[in-house]
Amino acid sequence: MSLAHRIIPCLDTDGERVVKGVNFVNLRDAGDPAALAARYNIEGADELVVLDIAASRDHRPTFLETIRRVAAELAIPLTAGGGVANVDEGRAILRAGADKLTVNTAAIRNPPLLTALAAEFGSQAVVLAIDAKRVGGRWEAFVRGGSVATGIDAVEWARQGVDCGAGEILITSMDKDGTRSGFDCPLTAAISRAVSVPVIASGGADTPETFLEVFREGRADAALAASIFHDSIQGLGALKRYLGENGVSVRQAG
Amino acid sequence: MNIALVEYGAGNLPSVERALRLLGVQSRRASTPEALSGCDALILPGVGHFGALMRSLGERSLVAPLRDAVSRGTPLLGICLGLQAMFATSDEAPGDAGLSLFPQKVSALPATDRLPHMGWNQLRRARPSKLLEGIPEDAYFYFAHSYAALDAGDAGVAYCDHCTPFVAALEQKNVFATQFHPEKSGPVGAKILTNFLRQAGNKG
Repeated sequence: MSLAHRIIPCLDTDGERVVKGVNFVNLRDAGDPAALAARYNIEGADELVVLDIAASRDHRPTFLETIRRVAAELAIPLTAGGGVANVDEGRAILRAGADKLTVNTAAIRNPPLLTALAAEFGSQAVVLAIDAKRVGGRWEAFVRGGSVATGIDAVEWARQGVDCGAGEILITSMDKDGTRSGFDCPLTAAISRAVSVPVIASGGADTPETFLEVFREGRADAALAASIFHDSIQGLGALKRYLGENGVSVRQAG
Repeated sequence: MNIALVEYGAGNLPSVERALRLLGVQSRRASTPEALSGCDALILPGVGHFGALMRSLGERSLVAPLRDAVSRGTPLLGICLGLQAMFATSDEAPGDAGLSLFPQKVSALPATDRLPHMGWNQLRRARPSKLLEGIPEDAYFYFAHSYAALDAGDAGVAYCDHCTPFVAALEQKNVFATQFHPEKSGPVGAKILTNFLRQAGNKG
């Protein structure tokens, strides 16, 4: 008996439709979020993440409606975020039906935001999302959808974010995102060693072997992927069977 | 069937309502003492902070009516923080009294593994349970918490191990509770809710 490693499909949306790009650019339409959510709920996803990658204030009502539509399809936990800059915006996302919210850019600019969100909703509802890219001998955190360098060390920021109240880290490798070349295991392991909270690895998912690697070598508690699931390149059931056969604790669909 | 969800300004009411609706049960929200009476069953959902929950129940004058409903025999299901609220006290808010349906306390999980305990885990059954009836022994349920009751005396029907063994499900007469979220636990979670609703149906 042990905590299962989670497999988490991610819906990157422009507020309304699911989109997918490579290395954070060249976005293309990948479907209706509620339809994909319904499919993943049945196929055995352990959780779903829905992000508003446009994250503009004008689109916020549209995104909240998307959260409501997605939540209505789920009997599993839902994490949502994108552009959350204060407690009120966090509350709106949770009220729309999310169980947890992600924060990224606003938390780097204002770390006490994590403390305020944790005090209001509990640490278990606050996921710190970090977009990291290898720069020299370390990983640097980027903000605004990966477009702006911060000069901040991603591993150090993860540690600080947890001290401020984050209950989970979603670490995305910008070098790997959309490339289908495997997760960034050294990055994930570095984050995992630095913090005491669960770590979700993101960016680079491909074959079942890449998931096995990120659970073993990357010490991830959960792995997130988008296009391989959206495009039916990888089925959730087959992925979990493979992981189970290779000694990774997973919850089989059913 | 008249099912009331205790509304105290926080919590995960919409997801519980949705899960009940999928089972064909329309619930209502109860945020006043009057609204707690005259229902077939009560559900106390919960996410957030023990102290905030108890203070919020106190401000709405719901503590005594909840205890009264339980002593009248109304089936009550506590979920996550709703389970924790049934105990006397919690490490999370040492100054705030719980509902004290159980005399034990809620403890911070010792940090020997990753916390919060977040994700899907299995149960260890302690004795036969109405809530867990018909559910496979190896089923997974969704947890998201850092505090837990380590002991509930004879009421503990299932335990989970993360950092330390803790109470995952309890039942005593008409009082039921789960540390995990049945409304987020897929088909087996729906089965838990169905089992609870059966208690509500059997009540009269």
